[in-house]
Amino acid sequence: MVLADRLIAAALMALSVYFMWHASALPIGWEGTSGGPGGGAFPFWLSAIIFLCAGGVLVRSFASNIQDAGSYFDPETLGSVSMVVIALVITVAIIPWGGAYIALPLFLLWYLKIFGKHGWFLTLCLTIGTPIFLFMFFEVTLKILLPKGLTQPLFVPLYAYFF
Amino acid sequence: MELLGHLADGFATSLSPINLFIVLLGVTAGLFIGAMPGLGSVNGVAIVLPLTFIVPPSSAIILLAAIYYGAMYGGAISSILLGIPGASTAVATTFDGRPMAQQGKAGLALIAAATASFVGGTISVILFTLFASPLADVALAFGPPEEFALVLLAFTTFVGLGGDDVLKTIIMICLGLALSTVGLDLISGQPRLIFFDQPGFYSGISFLVLAIGTYGVGEILYTIETSKSSPTVTPAKITFKELKYGFKEMNKLWKTMSFGSIMGFFVGMLPAAGATPAALMAYGLAKLTSKNGDNFGKGAIEGVAAPETANNAASTGSLLPMLTLGIPGSPTTALLLGGMVMWGLVPGPLLFIEQPDFVWGLISSLYTANLAAVLVNLALIPVFVWALRMPFTVLCAIVLILCLVGGYAPSQKLHDVWLIIGFGVGGYLLRKADYPMAPLVLALVLGPLMEKSFRQTLISEQGNVMAFIERPLSGTFIALSVIFFLLPLLNSLRRLARSKTTADNPAE
Amino acid sequence: MTYKITRRIAIAAAATVGLLTAAPVTAQDWTPERPVEMVIMAGTGGGADRLARLFQSIIQKENLSTMPILPVNKGGGSGAEALRYLADNEGENHLIMATLNSYYTTPLRTDIGVNIEEFTPIARMALDTFVLWVNADSDIETLDDYVAAVQASGGSWKMGGTGTGQEDSLVTAMLENEFGISVTYVPFSGGGDVARNLVGGHIDSSVNNPSEALGFYQAGELRPIAAFTPERISAFPDTPTMGELGHDLVYWMQRSFVAPKDMAPEAVAYYTAMFENLSQSEEWQTYTAEKALMADFLTGEELQAYFLEERAKHADLLESMGEGS
Repeated sequence: MVLADRLIAAALMALSVYFMWHASALPIGWEGTSGGPGGGAFPFWLSAIIFLCAGGVLVRSFASNIQDAGSYFDPETLGSVSMVVIALVITVAIIPWGGAYIALPLFLLWYLKIFGKHGWFLTLCLTIGTPIFLFMFFEVTLKILLPKGLTQPLFVPLYAYFF
Repeated sequence: MELLGHLADGFATSLSPINLFIVLLGVTAGLFIGAMPGLGSVNGVAIVLPLTFIVPPSSAIILLAAIYYGAMYGGAISSILLGIPGASTAVATTFDGRPMAQQGKAGLALIAAATASFVGGTISVILFTLFASPLADVALAFGPPEEFALVLLAFTTFVGLGGDDVLKTIIMICLGLALSTVGLDLISGQPRLIFFDQPGFYSGISFLVLAIGTYGVGEILYTIETSKSSPTVTPAKITFKELKYGFKEMNKLWKTMSFGSIMGFFVGMLPAAGATPAALMAYGLAKLTSKNGDNFGKGAIEGVAAPETANNAASTGSLLPMLTLGIPGSPTTALLLGGMVMWGLVPGPLLFIEQPDFVWGLISSLYTANLAAVLVNLALIPVFVWALRMPFTVLCAIVLILCLVGGYAPSQKLHDVWLIIGFGVGGYLLRKADYPMAPLVLALVLGPLMEKSFRQTLISEQGNVMAFIERPLSGTFIALSVIFFLLPLLNSLRRLARSKTTADNPAE
Repeated sequence: MTYKITRRIAIAAAATVGLLTAAPVTAQDWTPERPVEMVIMAGTGGGADRLARLFQSIIQKENLSTMPILPVNKGGGSGAEALRYLADNEGENHLIMATLNSYYTTPLRTDIGVNIEEFTPIARMALDTFVLWVNADSDIETLDDYVAAVQASGGSWKMGGTGTGQEDSLVTAMLENEFGISVTYVPFSGGGDVARNLVGGHIDSSVNNPSEALGFYQAGELRPIAAFTPERISAFPDTPTMGELGHDLVYWMQRSFVAPKDMAPEAVAYYTAMFENLSQSEEWQTYTAEKALMADFLTGEELQAYFLEERAKHADLLESMGEGS
């Protein structure tokens, strides 16, 4: 736990340095001519505060003599969490190529059948029902088009029907 | 009295059978749109607006009002059930609504939210009717220094409340503020913080992306970990007895709710402020004045009632600057304003004089919509609660899909979906290390307003910082924010002193 | 079955309407096969957004398109986001973009790898006008009063407008150059915001579009001083033009539609015809008259020539402000 706390504080410090580097592309000081701070001032000095506070957290973790309160990750479930994250990343990566109507059902299929160990009936109902719901709700009702990728031509007759 | 006549006319039209049907339809549609993470009243209004040129204007207004209110009620539903605020106005509702749902009291929380919204809507409509015209002048007195002072006040009410680790809270506030500067600097017109040269960052980081990421994906990852993938869920059911109990509980909260409504209306009425600071300030005030303030954040019913009355009251209040000054306070009111222009109405000080039937027709429509929304909402509570009883692995899969699609919908960029996953993982890791999420999300909402008004003031005052204190309104707000900031500090000092004396006494 | 019949009737009706209005394009060789995205170069609620949504509703009401036109706001980076999106969708037939003057200024001010010469021009719908405004409580009645007041303030005169580098700041720069004055320019996030702050006395003057200040003008709270147009605006017959007062200051905000590079010529013809019908609709005619817009329809090569000419003008303007490349 203490180690994770230190690592996160250090990561936040690194992030704030990255922000400061980006922000310093614009003036970060007090602009004499136009009055007030420059365009980079807000992000720069806010990141500086993050740097100091995260540094404070880091120092505090060394100074305190609190006992290590258990581990940061639960070893039993770390695997499940990372599997879900990887599945999400793969799903979004498929979208530009295969479109939402291939990627999302694949995710559901994996999540329900393999990850959730549900039966075929429930899995198939949701895997087929969700895209239909998404199409009817988002595209037909709200007129928000979802990405189609390769499947684009398949939707032409549907559009001709619904619009 | 002429005014009452207009209102009566408005009610007469809005209560005709066809319009009642429209209201019910609009409210139900709005509820479902609002309950989806990522979607809100703006989506509903955008879809319906073009249709309003086909139906008669009186029905058009009522349909828009119904969707507006329905979506607002719906926002509370996703805050309570899923812990994902559907709009920035509903963030404060998650503070206590989510814990209540986790304790199996989702039904009670939903009843509280619905009744509170109704009370907030009612009181604000009354205030609107009585004071609309004189209040327009107050809104005009609000320049950049006042805007800054008000945002500062909203921040301090919130910062002072935090029971979390001070250093970590400050980090999260600053991170939220820093993320809010991504995109284009309005003052210099230069792009800034465009990470990795991704064009997606030009439009900045939207509230929804951060909220769906941290509260949606992050929360689900956290639950997957804690539930150890066991399919059990908190038993949630609702009975008539519970409903009665809920109303009885709410009856005790009239003071919290009337405070929340009045505050919500006045803060919402100020241009550029809107319902988010209103809900926050109402929550803060309720916590400060409540006898069981320590329960806030752990599932106190007042913690749901206060922000819900305020945000509903504020959305009525925010119509005032739209109608009298032509200033939209939110994307939704911006669309409504566009609609008015298309109907041939010119928003401005003369609107109340020249188009009274439109103005009061709108007000009475809002009232009818509010009434319909509370009834439909109460009727549907069992359905929403039932959704919570789905096996956890099914619920998670569906919510994750809704997060991805809901995150894509507002700006239709895959870039935002990637950010959601990034924020989800980041939020999950930070939350495990006890970093609070609410300050991050709220800082992102209030940050742009704060920076803009601060710099506008300094530019127009040639860099004179005293301008904030010299003006009466902004000076008052700043003084109040100092008090709000110091109050919790004083309280804890007093408590510390007291515990010290009690600790010292036995030793002597 | 019922569906088929209604559809046939709809087609027949559409054909009749087409014949009656005698659309100039020879038959409909091409029609969109899916909803058309209409990217707006600005955020929700601004003047450009309102106009684009007005177009969308007129198109829907008058059935000018077989598929819905869906507005999408991509206002990030003063439209940089929208321009990049258009550039990345080369050859796309189901995408059009509603533009304003940031169409020229944004690529001039920051290098975003976009050359507007490559895009396909569709139609210019209107030119929006600019007027110099002061609060009606001030003593300023004429342009001479105004210049004298600004000079007397010694640089602390507060001129409100939209973001730096956008239209209002360019008009302000033109004013400063022409009269040899200097003002403090305070940027706000939208024209409506500017008008409110002027009425509330938080700024001293503005160069709002008439549509943004109209409500306050009618209530007698704002006073127009001079118009940046060649001829008087019909909605403000008593307001002189800058030209009449001996100053050659004219500035327009263009409201046009463009499409990605290499859009099929049939598709270009379809959209051009759609906007031509739109420009003749009654709603549009009333709107332009009420809101003091100049409806000035232009298409094809002429429009492209207009864009390039305007871009050159803006490049000079930005340079005189000490900005841009």
